[in-house]
Amino acid sequence: MSRNLKRNWPVYALGALLAIGLVLPLATGASALGFYIEVMLGGLMSGVLYSLVALGFVLIFKASGVFNFAQGAMVLFAALALARLSEVMPLYVAFGLAILIMIVFAWLVERLVLRHLVNQEGVVLLMATLGVTYFLDGFGQTVWGSDIYKIDLGLPKEPMIVGEQLFQGGILISKEDLFAAAIAALLVMCLAVFFQKTPTGRALRAVADDHQAAQSIGIPLNRIWVIVWAVAGFVALVAGMIWGAKLGVQFSLQLIALKALPVVILGGLTSVPGAIIGGLVIGVGEKFAEVFLGQYLARTFDLAGGGIEYWFAYVLCLFFLLVRPEGLFGEKHIDRV
Amino acid sequence: MARTIGEVILKVDGISLAFGGVKALTDVSFDVREHEVRAIIGPNGAGKSSMLNCINGVYSPQQGRITFKGQTFEQMSPHRAAEMGIARTFQSLALFKGMSVLDNIMTGRNLRMRTNLLLQALRLGPAEREEMEHRAFVEKIIDFLEIQAYRKTPVGRLPYGLQKRVDLGRALAMEPAMLLLDEPMAGMNVEEKQDMCRFILDLNDEFGTTIVLIEHDMGVVMDISDRVVVLDYGKKIGDGTPAEVRSNQAVIDAYLGVAH
Amino acid sequence: MLYRENGQFKTTYRADQQMLPILQDRFFVVALVAAAFLVVPLIASDYWFRALIVPFLILSIAAIGLNILVGYCGQISLGQAAFMSVGAYAAFNFTVRVPELNFLLVLLLAGTISALAGMVFGLPSLRIKGLYLAVATLAAQFFIDWLFIRVKWFTNNSPSGAVSTSPIELFGWTVDSPVDKYWFVLGVVVVMTLAAKNLVRSAIGRSWMAIRDMDVAAEVIGIRAGWAKLSAFAVCSFYAGVAGALWGFIHLGAWEPLAFNINVSFNLLFMIIIGGMGSLLGSFFGAAFIVMLPLILNQLPGWFGIEISTALLSHIEFMIFGALIVFFLIVEPHGLARLWAIGKEKLRLWPFPH
Repeated sequence: MSRNLKRNWPVYALGALLAIGLVLPLATGASALGFYIEVMLGGLMSGVLYSLVALGFVLIFKASGVFNFAQGAMVLFAALALARLSEVMPLYVAFGLAILIMIVFAWLVERLVLRHLVNQEGVVLLMATLGVTYFLDGFGQTVWGSDIYKIDLGLPKEPMIVGEQLFQGGILISKEDLFAAAIAALLVMCLAVFFQKTPTGRALRAVADDHQAAQSIGIPLNRIWVIVWAVAGFVALVAGMIWGAKLGVQFSLQLIALKALPVVILGGLTSVPGAIIGGLVIGVGEKFAEVFLGQYLARTFDLAGGGIEYWFAYVLCLFFLLVRPEGLFGEKHIDRV
Repeated sequence: MARTIGEVILKVDGISLAFGGVKALTDVSFDVREHEVRAIIGPNGAGKSSMLNCINGVYSPQQGRITFKGQTFEQMSPHRAAEMGIARTFQSLALFKGMSVLDNIMTGRNLRMRTNLLLQALRLGPAEREEMEHRAFVEKIIDFLEIQAYRKTPVGRLPYGLQKRVDLGRALAMEPAMLLLDEPMAGMNVEEKQDMCRFILDLNDEFGTTIVLIEHDMGVVMDISDRVVVLDYGKKIGDGTPAEVRSNQAVIDAYLGVAH
Repeated sequence: MLYRENGQFKTTYRADQQMLPILQDRFFVVALVAAAFLVVPLIASDYWFRALIVPFLILSIAAIGLNILVGYCGQISLGQAAFMSVGAYAAFNFTVRVPELNFLLVLLLAGTISALAGMVFGLPSLRIKGLYLAVATLAAQFFIDWLFIRVKWFTNNSPSGAVSTSPIELFGWTVDSPVDKYWFVLGVVVVMTLAAKNLVRSAIGRSWMAIRDMDVAAEVIGIRAGWAKLSAFAVCSFYAGVAGALWGFIHLGAWEPLAFNINVSFNLLFMIIIGGMGSLLGSFFGAAFIVMLPLILNQLPGWFGIEISTALLSHIEFMIFGALIVFFLIVEPHGLARLWAIGKEKLRLWPFPH
């Protein structure tokens, strides 16, 4: 087997699986074309939203080697802040204030948690972020309340209907979703520019590579970490704003972050394009599995309903963890003795 | 040396090892005879530790073969090396920091423990007896290395020299046919080095253990080894008795540098 | 003066390696167990048993299992609750489909099935570690959650997905009252703690700790990393399964699949972090802490005469949990067990300062 095939077969397998999964419902006539496109679009949209959350993970991991379990709680917290503040002030003021709050949060996390755990191994830091999650959870709901809140982005709520001539009833496209996709794309481009072109971005990459080496050339580790967590906080805010506008700001928003973990693994912990592509793959794959595969399984095996969405992402990422832990685009690790 | 040196017990043939673009070893071949003390020397980065790592399976060379006790392998696994009777110590100590000296050395006996999980959980007859047998053997090693006073101390608390002894003890607990020592005297003062030399020679004398050691202290190497292999930039540049190697021009050049 | 090893010389290796080599320790532990069996039923109320003591004991078993995997073997699992649910559903299915089985046998079988599941989901640990492994165990948690909700066979085709159990009958003794339940669970806890202690100080325990401390060196000595890790997963899940069966049958009586959700997994992880990883005693400390904290927090405002809603209280509870986790990880990663050990060290010298 050629070296390349040996290393990359999981990627090809995934490609094959996706191709089959996407073509099958159309080929077997199990679904009308219009509905199919709607499911596809729905999957892409939720994929974009997963990508946004996954971006936050990747940023922090890239720059500090910390796997931030609290990203989901940050999304919820930021969304709550935005929702509640926008009740008493215009949206853009609330947004600005929310950014400030996330910066303060980043500073506090660095000061109180990260600074003291510098040399610990990954698992300890993971558990520390778990602690931060619980704290942020409780704190957010204490301060902002635990009802369901709305975020009003000022976008028209009615969906567009396109292609009425081609497909029966046309295809529903939500304007909010389009807005979300546009924002996500913009964010990714800004981040890419930031990382590649600015001195701070370079410093961040240096820190991700080797803490001690970066310190020895004078990069202030602590300040870098505050910056990274603040940027991740900003990403969380954007993600929270979009999710919140779509679903309402509530506790279950946080569970979406748990969904983002497989996205990050699939894409590769250190890869921004990986987070995007991983998100799209899982968003679409999940929807398709739930709608088409779920129906099939329920009929054949007499299962009580679907719910495949629940674990599809995780099982997919489990497969990758076993055969290609670095995901689609991540870096391979070599352990030296 | 007191022991008679026997037949070839280990042969490495054309070993090449690379990490990405970095060539750690290039076409290295030598052999080791039973009961001898073989030293591997060379400047830093010459590939000495990598060589040991290949011999006991921690690294897999891209090319080459290893023949131990008549069996040839292209890939050795650490577990198989241990089962066949190869033990080693590490340059940067690889002790189990969370355990006591006694427990660390007892882990060396794991290969020879036969009772299963259930018996161990209930600590009935066979499990208890086996534990005591192995304890007795480990105590002999502790006596040999003169660390009785520290047997219950967590190894993390011991000074460096004693930790090195525990590392050696753990390797000895495996009752190895061949012992690979990676810079056993690094970081030691004169007395500690003398102690360590004494242990190594005693091992070779009393138990006939074949010893392959990496060492920088030329005095030690010339004194205690039977034959020496010299590596430089991953290639073998010298092989023979200490006297032969000492007068080898290539070796002198590598250590003293060449005038440009 | 009281706590000294003076004069306690051991003349055989066997004596040196016994479980509790110091005489005072032996005395203390025996007295504690005796008091647990005989004295506690006399002084504790039914409410205490139901709300505090029985949950504490059952969760200790699960915590011991998790501690073996995480604290002794250095792996990670965010899915311990899933294996508890495997044990609970396995026990349920056995009692429903084979009613003649003795409940102790049911417990053993439930634990074994859980252990097998644990080994299967532990397979990734042979290839990945750290946070990658954590994500893999999350996959186990979600998948098993889904399995028990959707596959109707497991819940005996119950329409709502909830199952209920009847009181346990054991050799003619109906385990019905709070005290009965307490004794039964206590018995199981004592047996399983002894087994855990034996495992931890024997060859397999040492191989676990070797893998934790330095797996490359362990391989070089001849310890098979794969077997060590899988056996740790198996033992951990066995304990989880037994705990789950006890939790469902004795503590809850009836449950739905979400009774073993991810929050329980996190709670168990918190127990061993706060209690002390790599210490069986720590598992007990942690379990007691996590079980008691909500109860204390509920009472606390009352003592100060302040009114706080239960919702707000649970949020504050989360905050305190989170803060404590970070605190313990920074300040005392070896948890309460370490504080206890330090206390004992000081006690040895007492009343002398050094």
